[in-house]
Amino acid sequence: MEKRIRVPLSREDALSLKAGDYVCLTGTIYTARDAAHKRMQEALERGKPLPFDIRGSVIYYMGPSPAREGRPIGSAGPTTASRMDKYTPALLDLGLAGMIGKGRRSPAVREAVMRNRAVYFAAVGGAGALLSKAVTSAEVIAYEDLGTEAIRKLTVEDLPVIVCMDAEGTDLYETAAEEYRK
Amino acid sequence: MRTVQVSHITDAIKEMCIQVNYELSPDMRRVFEEAERTERSPLGRRILGQLSQNLEIAASDRIPICQDTGMAVVFLEIGQEVHFEGGSLEDAVNEGIRRGYGEGYLRKSVVDDPILRKNTGDNTPGVIHCRLVPGDQVKITVAPKGFGSENMSRVFMLKPADGIEGVKNAVVAAVEDAGPNACPPMVVGVGIGGTFEKCALMAKHALTRPAGEHSQIPWVKELEEELLSRINGTGIGPGGLGGTTTALAVNVETYPTHIAGLPVAVNICCHVNRHISAML
Ligand code: SF4
Repeated sequence: MEKRIRVPLSREDALSLKAGDYVCLTGTIYTARDAAHKRMQEALERGKPLPFDIRGSVIYYMGPSPAREGRPIGSAGPTTASRMDKYTPALLDLGLAGMIGKGRRSPAVREAVMRNRAVYFAAVGGAGALLSKAVTSAEVIAYEDLGTEAIRKLTVEDLPVIVCMDAEGTDLYETAAEEYRK
Repeated sequence: MRTVQVSHITDAIKEMCIQVNYELSPDMRRVFEEAERTERSPLGRRILGQLSQNLEIAASDRIPICQDTGMAVVFLEIGQEVHFEGGSLEDAVNEGIRRGYGEGYLRKSVVDDPILRKNTGDNTPGVIHCRLVPGDQVKITVAPKGFGSENMSRVFMLKPADGIEGVKNAVVAAVEDAGPNACPPMVVGVGIGGTFEKCALMAKHALTRPAGEHSQIPWVKELEEELLSRINGTGIGPGGLGGTTTALAVNVETYPTHIAGLPVAVNICCHVNRHISAML
């Protein structure tokens, strides 16, 4: 079954999602990966605001390949989420509602997900060409000097993702593999 | 003696960088189709279907298969009767990478220093491995490597007493550790023997062997088959979301080693296992 969900994420929607749900996201999300997270952390330490309103937002761990002329974006698949684990709990405590990436998260992130009733979605790693089709516009809004690692505001239409960790902390990576283990 | 202009190396590498990032080689597509037929998990089949669709879109829209278009690894097998003309061979290789990544709209993912980390802006330098061989030709293999899977690779300095069971356990442990991070279904390159750096290089080189083609050495072929079935028994599955397809191929290379050692390297690659070769 497929759920269609609007982003930024409402509290109601976040609570309705369960690990294993196949979800199509429509609305606005922001990209950030290693270098952008480091800068956001530095901004917070200096008491500066973040480059976008974090409350209810969904961050996509993604650094695209360059767009050809006339296209909004190049290839646009997820990067490994665990590299952002160090920065994530602080962002969740500030109201970040969802993350899209691939791979396992740390126990600290899981606790912060549960504490804040957030959601971690997995997008299929290595499907960047397919996923780019769901991006209808992209605009660099911060840290332009970071190139592919700059923060981009993306408009997405039916971006296909799977709920990997829900607000209860259920982790699909743990449960799903067990089912097929010999 | 045969003279080769280094500008021809540049041109070839440029084209190969572009081509390999837009289309997978036929061997990879074959093992993909096989996996779509055999995968038992419905979600796993759905993900494999998305990945096939992804390959079609990449080829038809001229968009990279994956946004991580990798650090360019280049193997050169240089005939010892070849004489290069027109400048430095290494510069020519890097110029090919620069042009390929620029003209092909490929992502620039290389930083100039591992600690200072400023992006070089053109994906250079590549990692170049040269080998001298008999003859007067140059074989070029370009294998861009994504780091989601590279980061999960391992070297194990086992003891001779660990034997083949030790090798198998090391490989499976590396794959389990990699899990969903390495964008499964994976291709697993293994190097056994040699020295610390030799086994790592073999593991990398093993990834360039066509998927589905086995080693000529009978015990190595058996090992490849057994490892593939054990890895597919881990349940990790496509996208790490459960299933019976965790790896598409396991390729093993071996080399003589020291009486005191049993080095094993495991180079994990994702399903976007890019390799392309040409003879000049
Ligand atoms: S591991 Fe491979 S498929 Fe996954 S993001 Fe990196 S290059 Fe792409």
